[in-house]
Amino acid sequence: MDNANSGSAGKKLFGQLNFQRFLALAALVIIYVFFCIFGNNFLSTTSLINILDSSYYIGFLAIGVTFAIITGGIDLSIGTVMMTSALIGGVAYNKGAPIALALLICVISGALFGLLNGIIISKFGLVPFVATLGVQMVASGFGAIVSNVQTIRYPTVGTEDAWFKQVLYKTSSGFPIGIVWLVIFFIIAYVILNKMRMGRYTFALGSNEESARLSGVDVSKWKILVYVIVGAFTGMAGVMYAAAYTTIVPVTGAGMEILGIAAVVIGGTSLSGGVGSLTGTIIGVYIMAVLKQGLMSMGLQGHYQTFFTGIVVIAAVMLDIYRNKKSSKVKKA
Amino acid sequence: MEKQLVRMENIEKYFPGVHALDNCKFDINAGEVHALIGENGAGKSTLMKILTGIYPKDSGEIYVKGSPVNISGPSEAQALGIGIIHQELNLMQHLTVAENIFIGREPMNGLFINTKKMNDETDKLLNSLSLSIKSTDKVEDLSVAKQQMVEIAKALSLNSETLIMDEPSAALTESEITELFKFINKLRDDGHGIVYISHRMEELFIISDRITVMRDGKYINTLNTKETDVSEIIQLMVGRVIYEEPKSKSTAPPGAPVILEVKGLKSPLVKDVSFELHQGEILGFAGLMGAGRTETARLIFGADPMDSGEIFVNGQKINIKTPRDAVNNGIGYLSEDRKRYGLSVGLSVSDNITMADLENFTKNGFIDSKKEASTSKEYINKLSIKTPSISQLIKFLSGGNQQKVVIAKWLVKNCNVLIFDEPTRGIDVGAKSEIYKLMAELTKEGKSIIMISSEMPEILRMSDRIAVMCEGRMTGILKIEEATQELIMKYATSRK
Repeated sequence: MDNANSGSAGKKLFGQLNFQRFLALAALVIIYVFFCIFGNNFLSTTSLINILDSSYYIGFLAIGVTFAIITGGIDLSIGTVMMTSALIGGVAYNKGAPIALALLICVISGALFGLLNGIIISKFGLVPFVATLGVQMVASGFGAIVSNVQTIRYPTVGTEDAWFKQVLYKTSSGFPIGIVWLVIFFIIAYVILNKMRMGRYTFALGSNEESARLSGVDVSKWKILVYVIVGAFTGMAGVMYAAAYTTIVPVTGAGMEILGIAAVVIGGTSLSGGVGSLTGTIIGVYIMAVLKQGLMSMGLQGHYQTFFTGIVVIAAVMLDIYRNKKSSKVKKA
Repeated sequence: MEKQLVRMENIEKYFPGVHALDNCKFDINAGEVHALIGENGAGKSTLMKILTGIYPKDSGEIYVKGSPVNISGPSEAQALGIGIIHQELNLMQHLTVAENIFIGREPMNGLFINTKKMNDETDKLLNSLSLSIKSTDKVEDLSVAKQQMVEIAKALSLNSETLIMDEPSAALTESEITELFKFINKLRDDGHGIVYISHRMEELFIISDRITVMRDGKYINTLNTKETDVSEIIQLMVGRVIYEEPKSKSTAPPGAPVILEVKGLKSPLVKDVSFELHQGEILGFAGLMGAGRTETARLIFGADPMDSGEIFVNGQKINIKTPRDAVNNGIGYLSEDRKRYGLSVGLSVSDNITMADLENFTKNGFIDSKKEASTSKEYINKLSIKTPSISQLIKFLSGGNQQKVVIAKWLVKNCNVLIFDEPTRGIDVGAKSEIYKLMAELTKEGKSIIMISSEMPEILRMSDRIAVMCEGRMTGILKIEEATQELIMKYATSRK
């Protein structure tokens, strides 16, 4: 009797979870259709490609930070770490490193900043908000020091090493190849989160860290690893940023973390941890990308995008609160 | 001459599935200290929570100074002159004594707080109580005993004639208790009525005028302190009829090897605890609340750091610094608070079952989901865990089934020493006997169990030997054959 009840409650909640992801997807479609009707020339390959082009680095940022958020943490350093990693890679390139090595250095730099975050949070017990806020500024300053406060240029189209843009961002025929990389790394992240021990512990940390510790899980090690993953994806975001925009300006990137975090929240990952999905995150990324292109097609500039993204974030969180209330009611019943 | 402050009669209270208070009565006179005593769960706190408006009563009458009253919230209790000092102090550490006493009713000077008036009135109050505390002292700089007196002063400033003190001596040192008693005596002489709740038998005989004993939600008797003694009170506290037969004889295999030995375990709350656990044995840990049983278990499990002590598993000294060390040495801990310490409630049944042993379900970092599913199913069947599927979220299982999942977690990890901390708390009667059966089966398979329990019948029914703790010390280890409720209670209340 008791058992049958809990079973149906479980199904209800499961239905709701799917329902919320469905809702996010539906919102994406509705927004897209809305702009197709009211935007100027929105329904076109060009604007579709623009949507994709603007999604890569935010996509990598968002995928990475999803891990931190599922543990119940946060990473506010991803914006400046992305830029600083790109700066470090760019400096290496300008000092004569082959471009492939420079890009690898970019990814590794990101991972090292992640390691720094992880150690400060896990070994020294700072709350993630404060730790990563500090690292955000440290990274920003470090990038300026390494680059000597000079704008760093990656190879531009036409030069010898510009092949990396064709491989990572857009082929010579104009195909947006970046989406292929985003999909590949989405799948890798998905497998890590859902099929590997790493992912199981990510959820366990967010669901109940103390219980994980009392189960003999080496909580501090796995928490550090989570932030290393966030960092590595942030470094990759730096690579994608360099491939798309070529020039990297020191002391920028602050504020970009909000875009990544917003995508995660829109996708239904709970900031209190334990619950989340990468599929939701990707949907969140594209809701923001479509908003941006769509508003532009209506002749509205970037600040309108910020305005409406904010509204979407609030709506998503309200939905999350509403859902939690409902599910706790189900539990009581 | 005696003036009655409060009288409670025919009080009934039901919680889901529990008759928490069954026709209870209680009264307090002006100028007396009335002690309220009973085992954990006897209903003392529930009764006092009804008097202070925290719980509504289901039926019964409350009279304040002879006239019937209806107390439906804490503020009404306060208005009727009934104040409570909780065991956990509710002061704001960073504020001053005066700010704490006047919180929410600060004397105002237009838009601003009239600090001078507030401090003066506080000092007047503290002086009248002959307390050496200043209104401007920061609470965090005061000792626990002083903080408690601030708490009492605050209640008095609200014109409380009746003061309820819940385990006021629990966190105090010997000399602080003397100080507290002096203070309580002064309050009594001033005509206040004091309800004194404590487990410490000898304190009751020092401080109280009358003692009321409760047991299993029932009023048992009220005695004049001068006309009774410790053994009579213990008799009244435990004098229940036990429906379930206690174990008459140890079922542990005779001469079984020692599997776990603990020597001289020390921490702030655990004072030099030593004992041995044999293979196939259930060692019951009895004691009243705050006896240090859970704290001892957490030290053995590495959940809290120990100051000193040695732990031997199978005769070998092991170094336990973290729960991971304990788990790797085959020790599993089932917390009394499953949701906080035992389970990841947001995860599935199988996620929880394999949580402690996930390494063995992982190849190159990937989880072998087939192996995980088959092991989960095996244990769901073995322990008859009722769940629609292995992927059901754990929060939708009943308490008994959640407990079984925690047991499964440690069995999968192949733990040989299992520490059950209040294994049947919050579990219904049917599931209880299933857990008991399971524990008996586990010991037959050679597992050894430490069972911490505050339920006397459970201790007597399950244990092969009984370790009794009081105030962080181990006060006695009894064979089941010699154990009686009275003997256990004697050790559980004997402060050394």
